[in-house]
Amino acid sequence: MNVEQKLSTNKFVVDEGNPHIVIHQEKMDAAAVKALTLVCPAGLYTLNDKGQLIFEVAGCLECGTCRVAVAHLPGAMEWNHPRPSFGVQYRCG
Amino acid sequence: MADYDAIVVGAGLAGSTAAYCMAKAGLSVLVVERGDAAGTKNVTGGRLYAHSLEKIIPGFAAEAPVERKIVRERISMLTDESCFTMDFGSSRFQNPANASYTVLRAEFDAWLAGKAEEAGCDVVCPAVADDLLRDNGKIIGILAGEDELTADVVLLADGVNSLLAQKAGLKKEISPHQVAVGAKEVVELSAGAINERFNLNEGEGLAQLFAGAPSRGLVGGGFLYTNKNSISIGLVITVSEMAKSTLRLPDMMENFRQSAPVKPLLEGGKIIEYSAHLVPEGGINMTPTLSADNVLVLGDAAGLCLNLGFTVRGMDYAIGSGALAAETVIEAKEKGDYSNAVLAGYQTRLENSFVMQDMHTHKHAPDFIEHTPRMFKEYPELVENIFADMFTVSGPSKLMLKKTLPHIRKAGLINLMKDGFKGSRAL
Repeated sequence: MNVEQKLSTNKFVVDEGNPHIVIHQEKMDAAAVKALTLVCPAGLYTLNDKGQLIFEVAGCLECGTCRVAVAHLPGAMEWNHPRPSFGVQYRCG
Repeated sequence: MADYDAIVVGAGLAGSTAAYCMAKAGLSVLVVERGDAAGTKNVTGGRLYAHSLEKIIPGFAAEAPVERKIVRERISMLTDESCFTMDFGSSRFQNPANASYTVLRAEFDAWLAGKAEEAGCDVVCPAVADDLLRDNGKIIGILAGEDELTADVVLLADGVNSLLAQKAGLKKEISPHQVAVGAKEVVELSAGAINERFNLNEGEGLAQLFAGAPSRGLVGGGFLYTNKNSISIGLVITVSEMAKSTLRLPDMMENFRQSAPVKPLLEGGKIIEYSAHLVPEGGINMTPTLSADNVLVLGDAAGLCLNLGFTVRGMDYAIGSGALAAETVIEAKEKGDYSNAVLAGYQTRLENSFVMQDMHTHKHAPDFIEHTPRMFKEYPELVENIFADMFTVSGPSKLMLKKTLPHIRKAGLINLMKDGFKGSRAL
């Protein structure tokens, strides 16, 4: 089973137009970009064929791993909790 | 006059315990929780060591939604080809003071928040505390959306990512060396199938930790816990290690669940949830400032977690810190003084309790684990080689020592002695 299928078992509400994480690739070095694609447990960071970092908010598990991975790079990421009633709602946890 | 004596941010185990204890003592308490209900943003591996909650709510397991009482412990060393497992079962774990239970946080945290509510707390969810509210620099409450809520003291129990402790200047940015990322699947299986597969009686549970192949030699490992009607299985890997991985975390997770020792245990099960969480593993070196005027920091937000490889603890420390924070706030209320002159008593209480005593006892553990990569690659391979030789018959035999020595030489006798010595002083 791939991770997209696993994520589809979760209860998740997308806050359309209000992503709780905003990335600024221009503030990142190559190592940070690569790290984000590796460390995200949901695999939500990918590179497109132009080498641009794409972040897909739907499915985010709100763990904060990406936040920590680029914490040493000021301005690389705006990381907040989703607004009330949005994001993942764990039924098991 | 403030709206409440205390506002608790986060209805996890630290927050709800603190709220419960404060309300029992007659304080007015508000708990704000960002999930739709308590527990819906929380994740554990997970096992709760009962001792700390047992002191606050004796016999809690009879009424709380615990999954299974753990009576069997397994530790496995995995390579791509082999699996070596130690399996320990004991009736000693039946004693409530020594007991541990598997739990799922959505249900368990909702129960504990319910206890706090019964004791008289207001629990509001979903509500996100966006910032601390200040008056001339003094913390007087929280800002949640448009709402300004005031209290004499704010308890930050908002988890490992505690944005508020950072905004309050109490906590530094987390380093990728200090936290591990955990990914977990909950796999639904009938209680009967779990009992048969793991040789368990009704209500009994098993905990299993895995080193070696699951983390591909990176600092980390796998875990498996039996719940009533499901299995929690996952990986925990230090974030700085994950950043140099050759595989993505979700792919490592899938490889682990498909590996030979694990796959048959999950056969026929259905994945009902996939979750992830950060685990503070930096030990005492990542402890933030725990108290200041009108504010305390609790639980994961305070980095109160300890992974020794064979035990992984956080929830019992969260509960312990919640109870001690409550004691301190009760004293502050009696004295009418919520400045750090009184609130710093929380730090003293922690220092005199199992919470900080454990952090001191094992202060070298995080460094030892991070700087002994052999534990995650060479040693599981050593164990594989020794036991594969021991149990293989394919011609003339040799003395055990002759079979074993080359493997030990390969891993390095000096390394083994050095790591053994260091490990015995750290873990």
